[in-house]
Amino acid sequence: MVEIWLTILLAGILTFLTRLSFIFLIGRWQMPDWLGRALRFVPPAVLSAIIFPEVLFHNGELYLALGNLRLWAALLAAVVAWRTRSILLTILAGMAGLYLLTWLVK
Amino acid sequence: MRKQEFLCGVRDELPLLLGVFPFGMIYGVLAISAGLIPSAAQAMSSILFAGSAQFLTVQLAGAGTPWLVMVVTACIVNLRHALYSASVAPYLRPLSPVWKGVLAYVLTDEAYAVTITRYQRPGDKTFAHWYFLGAGLTLWTAWQISTALGIFLGAQVPTSWALDFSLALTFIALVVPALKDRPAALAAITAGVTALVAYPLPYKLGIILAALIGIAAGWVSEARWSKSG
Repeated sequence: MVEIWLTILLAGILTFLTRLSFIFLIGRWQMPDWLGRALRFVPPAVLSAIIFPEVLFHNGELYLALGNLRLWAALLAAVVAWRTRSILLTILAGMAGLYLLTWLVK
Repeated sequence: MRKQEFLCGVRDELPLLLGVFPFGMIYGVLAISAGLIPSAAQAMSSILFAGSAQFLTVQLAGAGTPWLVMVVTACIVNLRHALYSASVAPYLRPLSPVWKGVLAYVLTDEAYAVTITRYQRPGDKTFAHWYFLGAGLTLWTAWQISTALGIFLGAQVPTSWALDFSLALTFIALVVPALKDRPAALAAITAGVTALVAYPLPYKLGIILAALIGIAAGWVSEARWSKSG
């Protein structure tokens, strides 16, 4: 139990420092060019690294088949996200798509 | 002006809560089923205050992961916040250290997404930090309440609701606008495929590995394409 509190505190402090980093450093420290260019790829890389297994793994196994309803719902959500840029509509479309497909398959 | 900006921030953040609220509830449910005591589950939401990192941390805790691995995973996943920090930093430059600290604390994916559009809009930005605060506090409040609800409900939420899918959907909504060019798309695809291949690695180390390889792929390809192009 002590370990979880340690994790929460340390991860919390480090996360706060990450968020504060450039807000605090601006004007005091110039970010090297290469770092700025690398940081740009953090969101697409990190988010995709979480999304792909979430959608394509089922019960610990790769599930690449027509029957993977989450894959279809995720693709629908991606199209909606691309067209509308709306987080709300993307979630609504994805969940509605998943419910509808589940209902149809039943 | 301050009040008006604050309320605009609150209002613009509200639609995002539709994704955040179930997300927070699922986190609460997951945390309890992973064996966390309620106070630790709630404390993680207020101290760490980072949805995806919290999800991963409680999954890892349930699997009996060494605590340092949990800290490193959470920090890698939260590394993207440094980018948000760099992006809003020029606008926050005139503010006091206390303001900077508070706004850094509420700087999450969802607060950033709303706030940066406010800053990039033309017009007066003298009190735009109040907008930031409104958006951030709205999200913070929703996150604490939804976590508490999830902890309270425990395992009573039926899995057939598939609420956990809202995590992937929220991230899809965040990642698609980030795919502005070929290097960014390459970074995303490389990271995604690596995450699939590296899935069997223990402690979800695949995510860290995939993120680093994805960032490297984007970085290298950009350097190449700009040279040849």
